[in-house]
Amino acid sequence: MEALYIILTASVIAVSCSLLGSFLILRKMAMVGDAISHSVLPGIVIAFLISGSRDNVAMLIGAAAVGVLTTVMIEVLHKKARLQEDASIGLTFTWLFALGVILITAYTQQVDLDHECVLYGEIAYVPLDLIVTDTGVTLGPKALWISGITLIVIILSILVGYKGLFLTSFNTDYAKALGISTAFWHFAFMGLVSLTTVVSFESVGAILVVALLIAPAAAAYLITDSLKKLLLLASVFGILSSIGGYYLAYWINGSIAGAMATVAGVIFIISLLFSKLSFLKKYNF
Amino acid sequence: MNNLIDFLSFSDPNVRVVTLGTIFLGMSAAMVGTFAFLRKRSLIGDAIAHAILPGIALAFIFFQSKNPLILMSGALVSGWLAMLAIEYLSRSTKLKPDTSIGLVLSVFFGVGILLLTSIQHSGAGNQAGLDQFLFGKAASMTLSDLKSYSVVAVILLLSITFLYKEFKLLSFNPDFAKTIGLPVKTLQFVMSTITVLAIAIGIQSVGVVLMAALLITPSATARPWTENLLYMIIVAGAAGAFSGLVGSYISFTAPNMPTGPWIVMTLSFLAIFSLLFAPKRGIVAKFQLQRQNRKKIISENLLKSFYHLVEKGDYSESFFSKSQLLSKRSFTETELSKAIGLLKRKFFIISKGDTFSLSENGLAEARRIVRMHRLWEMYLTERMRLKSDHIHPNAETIEHIITPEIEELLLKELNYPDEDPHQSPIPYNP
Repeated sequence: MEALYIILTASVIAVSCSLLGSFLILRKMAMVGDAISHSVLPGIVIAFLISGSRDNVAMLIGAAAVGVLTTVMIEVLHKKARLQEDASIGLTFTWLFALGVILITAYTQQVDLDHECVLYGEIAYVPLDLIVTDTGVTLGPKALWISGITLIVIILSILVGYKGLFLTSFNTDYAKALGISTAFWHFAFMGLVSLTTVVSFESVGAILVVALLIAPAAAAYLITDSLKKLLLLASVFGILSSIGGYYLAYWINGSIAGAMATVAGVIFIISLLFSKLSFLKKYNF
Repeated sequence: MNNLIDFLSFSDPNVRVVTLGTIFLGMSAAMVGTFAFLRKRSLIGDAIAHAILPGIALAFIFFQSKNPLILMSGALVSGWLAMLAIEYLSRSTKLKPDTSIGLVLSVFFGVGILLLTSIQHSGAGNQAGLDQFLFGKAASMTLSDLKSYSVVAVILLLSITFLYKEFKLLSFNPDFAKTIGLPVKTLQFVMSTITVLAIAIGIQSVGVVLMAALLITPSATARPWTENLLYMIIVAGAAGAFSGLVGSYISFTAPNMPTGPWIVMTLSFLAIFSLLFAPKRGIVAKFQLQRQNRKKIISENLLKSFYHLVEKGDYSESFFSKSQLLSKRSFTETELSKAIGLLKRKFFIISKGDTFSLSENGLAEARRIVRMHRLWEMYLTERMRLKSDHIHPNAETIEHIITPEIEELLLKELNYPDEDPHQSPIPYNP
């Protein structure tokens, strides 16, 4: 049962990440996603200090707002201070991440987070925090519920906003000509990415969530040219990484999140072979 | 305060080692980082820093030793592999560079975490301390660590010194470097190697996650202050060294505080300060310049309105109301009163009640601006062959910029014309 809970939670998170990651790649914002995943840390710590827990919805959204703020800060440094974009990204996320680590150290007593958790999460502990109703029925782990709701929000947003997301990702000028607000979709999308990194934080940590955002989507991107297939394939790769990661971690007794990233990397290499080797090319989607 | 004196006296040998170490590491990473910054490759540095982790873990698994040289060789190999992987993916697949960087960064890091946790769980005897590579382990630096790192730091600084000219050319204009016969491939190899080396030793002080800051942020601090590469490297190095000093001071006064994040914090504050307040390129300076330009433009535009009012008459002193001025050119209410205030302060106009007149100097200045405008229109029609109905907007902008030297050239080029293309006289000073 524990294995099932862990794999289910990991898969739900991986699918959320893969869906958003596909758009991140198309929008050439993979490194901005990386920056967001680091810089939500101070948001999470402050939210934790104020609310005393990580499960409060308002606090989740507050922490995610820090992620959106990150993109604004990168933009300001780039446009106003004329700092080149890669340096703006690097400056912003290291600064906020350092702030987060300092806050964690300063409030060790109040904040139940440690450095390891920040780096690779504690998905193995997911089955320990179950939701049990008053009548004693077990409803499954809390993390599974939270990430499940996030996944539903993401799927609904993609379904409702498919046209806007699609057009603003591929051809901003055409989208503008049609009267679609690129700024709105930019911030809405960044909000979703921030929310997902905050929700996934406990399970996979700040940095490995980047692997889940980028690797399955990049693997799918290599072997398909259609957005719908990209989203579908990336999700499948995400689920495969979760299952494979769990057993790999079990086998060599290491971090599950690290193993998931490793398997995602292996899937990427396989997909790279499929896109490069001529006798495998006919299997591309 | 006592703390500070204690700290600066360096009486504690531990403090001495840690402080010197962080200063060395910060300085060498910052100086090497300058080139990565200028080549817009700083995020590749971030990826390499993350990618070093599996190399360190594998080196430990194979050799069961924590000797810094062995771990660093592992780091060097995996850092190099990561760099090659990024280059291959962005060149030979349809992945964009940012995706390639993010992919290599996170997957290598994931493998590193997997190996590291596996080592920890296996309970191998002397594994303690490997996880310090994640957030840096400046505070636990030993004398022998310091010695190995300073050797590397010296190698880095020497290569920068000896290859300064070549690196400079490679950073600013690689194509030119190739044409004059420099071995670009070899130089790139050397530069990449010293970058990986700087990262490999730099992670000792701030850890793999924050290493990017040690490479990028000092350059971001230095860039607004100077246009000169040598000064930029020196300022960046100084920023890196200073933040190392502050970081180790903080971990001296508050021992449970992590050194790395404080180094990064100090660096970030330096960078933000520079980006805001550096003369010329800082946000504040640019904002002021913009404001001055706006002031100059509205007051010069108002002078033109005065000139257009007196132009048809005999230039004699005549006073005009605000509405008369507005009939020549529209200003908002605030713009108009601001421009009037500015011109009065320069004694270009004189007021009588609610009416205003040009002073002697004001008339000369107004004449100059109108002359620039009409000369430029003349130039555009004569030399650029533009139609006379296309030239006004361009002249509106350029009239505020033309210097006396350019005016001289224009006059000579056009042979001191009397009229502009719209048959208005070009006013010269009597």
